[in-house]
Amino acid sequence: MRTRGGHSLDSRDFLKTMVQATGVSGHEAPVAALIKEAFLAIADDVRIDVMGNVVAQKKGEGEGDISVMLAAHMDEIGLMVTKIDERGFLKFIAIGGIDQRTLVAQEVRVHGKKDLIGIIGMKPPHLMSPEETQTAVKMQDMVIDLGLSAEEVQQFVSIGDVVTINRQFISLAGDFVAAKAMDDRAAVAVLGECLQELKRIRHHADVYAVATVQEEVSLGGALVSTYRLRPHIGIAIDVCHGDMPGVPEQDTAPLGKGPNIALGANIHPKLYERLVEVAKEQNIPFTLDPIPAASGTDAWAMQVTRAGVPTALVSLPLRYMHTSVETLSMSDVKATGRLLAYFIASVDKSFVEGLLCY
Amino acid sequence: MKELIKKVVEAYGPAGNEGRIRELVQNEIAPFVDEMRVDALGNLIALKRGSGSKKLMLAAHMDEIGVMVTHIDKHGFLRFYPVGGLSPLTLLGNRVVFENGTIGVIGAEKLEAQKDLTLNKLFIDIGATCKEEAAAKVGLGDVAAMAREFADLGQRIIAKAMDDRIACAILIEALRAVKQPAYDIYAVFTTQEEVGLRGARVAAYGITPDLGIAVDVTRTGDTPESAIMDVSLGKGPTVKIRDSSLICTPAVRRFMEEVAAKNGIQYQLEVLEAGGTDAGAIQLTKGGIPAGVMSIPCRYIHTASEMVDYEDVLNGVKLLTHIMETEYMG
Amino acid sequence: MLLKKLSEAFGPSGCEGDVRNVLLEELSPYVSEWRRDALGNLIAVKSHATGPRVMLAAHMDECGLMVSSFDRSGLLRFRKVGGLDDRVLISKHVLVGPKKINGIIGAKAIHLQKPEERSQVIPLSGLYIDIGAKSKEDAEKLVKIGDYAVFATEFKHLSETVVTGKSFDDRAGCAILAEILKEDFAVDLFGAFTVQEEIGLRGAGVAAYGIDPDLAIVLEGTTCNDLPPSKEHGYCTTLGGGPAITVMDASVICDKGMIAELLRLAKEHHIPIQFKRSITGGSDGGRINQTKAGVPVVVISVPCRYIHSPVSMLSLCDYNHTLQLVKLFLKSIAEGGFTR
Repeated sequence: MRTRGGHSLDSRDFLKTMVQATGVSGHEAPVAALIKEAFLAIADDVRIDVMGNVVAQKKGEGEGDISVMLAAHMDEIGLMVTKIDERGFLKFIAIGGIDQRTLVAQEVRVHGKKDLIGIIGMKPPHLMSPEETQTAVKMQDMVIDLGLSAEEVQQFVSIGDVVTINRQFISLAGDFVAAKAMDDRAAVAVLGECLQELKRIRHHADVYAVATVQEEVSLGGALVSTYRLRPHIGIAIDVCHGDMPGVPEQDTAPLGKGPNIALGANIHPKLYERLVEVAKEQNIPFTLDPIPAASGTDAWAMQVTRAGVPTALVSLPLRYMHTSVETLSMSDVKATGRLLAYFIASVDKSFVEGLLCY
Repeated sequence: MKELIKKVVEAYGPAGNEGRIRELVQNEIAPFVDEMRVDALGNLIALKRGSGSKKLMLAAHMDEIGVMVTHIDKHGFLRFYPVGGLSPLTLLGNRVVFENGTIGVIGAEKLEAQKDLTLNKLFIDIGATCKEEAAAKVGLGDVAAMAREFADLGQRIIAKAMDDRIACAILIEALRAVKQPAYDIYAVFTTQEEVGLRGARVAAYGITPDLGIAVDVTRTGDTPESAIMDVSLGKGPTVKIRDSSLICTPAVRRFMEEVAAKNGIQYQLEVLEAGGTDAGAIQLTKGGIPAGVMSIPCRYIHTASEMVDYEDVLNGVKLLTHIMETEYMG
Repeated sequence: MLLKKLSEAFGPSGCEGDVRNVLLEELSPYVSEWRRDALGNLIAVKSHATGPRVMLAAHMDECGLMVSSFDRSGLLRFRKVGGLDDRVLISKHVLVGPKKINGIIGAKAIHLQKPEERSQVIPLSGLYIDIGAKSKEDAEKLVKIGDYAVFATEFKHLSETVVTGKSFDDRAGCAILAEILKEDFAVDLFGAFTVQEEIGLRGAGVAAYGIDPDLAIVLEGTTCNDLPPSKEHGYCTTLGGGPAITVMDASVICDKGMIAELLRLAKEHHIPIQFKRSITGGSDGGRINQTKAGVPVVVISVPCRYIHSPVSMLSLCDYNHTLQLVKLFLKSIAEGGFTR
């Protein structure tokens, strides 16, 4: 994509291409192919494993005695067709956590034998009673209208086909951008930033940058790839709730003020401390997220693989999570990539050994 | 095949107590498998060697749902907790049977309203008049299964525990029928699926197969005012696309569809909104295993009268046998 | 007294260091080989050339609180660590941070409340820890984001046999495991003091993966609800009824052979014993049972009233009987009296 002159990747272009592609949990192949191609330009080796994870390896100077795995999930939430009725309307269920209220009056893309545009419509106000307008429409009562006859629909669509909201990448003021699937493809863009930054600085550890599958449904991609790669350190990059009205300030992180660094049981305390240290050294602004138990990210799966993996979690503040207009700041993407690169550069064998000393 | 099905569904075997059904299966398959072993969770793992270097793991769960006794009161009534997913609506007024043959009826406390019916308001009556009499027949921790006989309606058959004994019967028949296995086949009759896919999880770790296919039952959308589901009795076994425990590996789903199409076997595609299977555990084993599911459409799952279509079952045997004889290229 | 030291130690899930230190100090004369892993599990290794590999597990962590932000006024907002009922938090004394400074979780004075308010649960968002700071800046000098807090409960004897304290779930199990590690048994013994059980049974599975045991015994402090207005079938266990054996909980179905042997030993040695009579709640047993190709497991618990609250209660008779029973079981395993 969209590489500019030689081996580099423009994060904004890369992100735009990714979020406009399709990759619903369990069906990530289209976006995986894009990511693989992009990473080939900036990593030493890129493979797709048996479950569909994209694994990019960048060797360090240490001949592989220690490795750091970065995980950002490429799957997005979406819908799946469960039935084609006799008039050609589609019934569906959610794949991943979808707020049914975000679906009404939307244009969708049905990924059948070919991509078809459909509408999840809404009864017009003229025909609704006042009480009806006060109640959210249930997903089981919605249909996708493709505007085609049942025969035409049957030609191209079958049950099990996945559906995404038809949304283009939107540039907002400043460096804010909005689209679907920013959760978590913005973090895949962070992986790209990190890999490129690592070309400019020296690092001992081997790096595995993994675009994982099925985070939204089972954390399954992170589970199996961590098992296979056996990293000494695992860092998940995900998104966290950005500041917005109606949500208490203490439960969100401001956009444009740098990465959000998590601490708590899912995070190894020494990794947390080192990330904070590196952020301060590199003048990268950051915020903190104290998480008492499950982080709800790939870090939760990585931590308990085999005999345990020291894990950390770094997040991009993101508004309107799990809608098709997820919003974040590109400066946060770049800052997070830098933070990870400098963290990796600071990791040596004795640091890794120290992680087992409690 | 109806006689085998009857034997298999009527056997006692709630989750964690699969001894009897395991013994029955062992006796059935011994003549046509090469090796058998039982692992730490009681899974029965049978190996049938074939050509090719790949390992195929097939899973059908032996365990059924049941109720575990947690208290015997002074009048001889038993209180219980569910083993697996049970609704109080399907238990009320039904009969259950313990391993030693003791039969009980499920009764309820007085209710203010029908919607107040919860599992903790139910009890089991084994006809005892006092604690000692009850304790002589049943102990704390004992588990009872549904008590209901197999019924043959011709095209359709009904029994308790079609979930998942019908799959056990199918796996037994497929092992008998297969002539040229394209893999080393690990036919696993798993335990404790109903309480969290536990048997399959550890069995898959021990075997580390190249491909895993579970056989289970699935819901249908073909009864009055049912929830939406595009699966019906009599339209063939299904190739699963997704349930709440896994999104089947697309390449495995395509493989299963190709085998069905190539051999002229009618099948349906299945998307199950709620419900999981052993394949969910197999897929996430170690570094990841390609996994899929063949399901038998079944009405009234987790009641005493689960109904399947006999042709679907026979076609299920055919499809499974052909899968065992066709190499998966990934 | 070891149970007192452990009960009073500071160790919410993810911050078990204090408990680790108490155990290391207590056991240094008896255990020469220790292992630690990436999650902070503390594993005592007492190798033996013969005998099966036995893993004993007790979790070090307790339910607690985590400081999540500062209010402008200097009050601390917090999040819960583990399964705590919101209602047990009100009007309590807590210890905050590595320096264990005093804090209180107050509630609006009754005089200022409307009658309807008093029947409503105060949501977590309405609760704060007050450490006496006058402002956010003041508070930041004493406490950091992410600092943990525990209830400030002192261990006490209510009678010769009944004691009260916090976190008997599972410091009672830890104390029993520690006592066992002071003796020698002819089995390859791994005593795992696990972490993060309360937030999802996190430590036990990775510990078991590393140990690779032939069988496992999990030591817990479990629900004892033998009080009014509960009906007898809702008690789960009874205080004084002896060690409670789990047949099945939400995470595991225990091995029948191991249960049978425990019942036989209890009968032979006249040790009172009971079954845990509910199936809710998971345990480390679940993770261990499903490690690798599977591990047979049994869970043995000391009945504790009021678990997951600041003031739990147990009977030292139950505690001692549990200890006695586990030792007998280990001897039986060592002598081959119990085989799988």
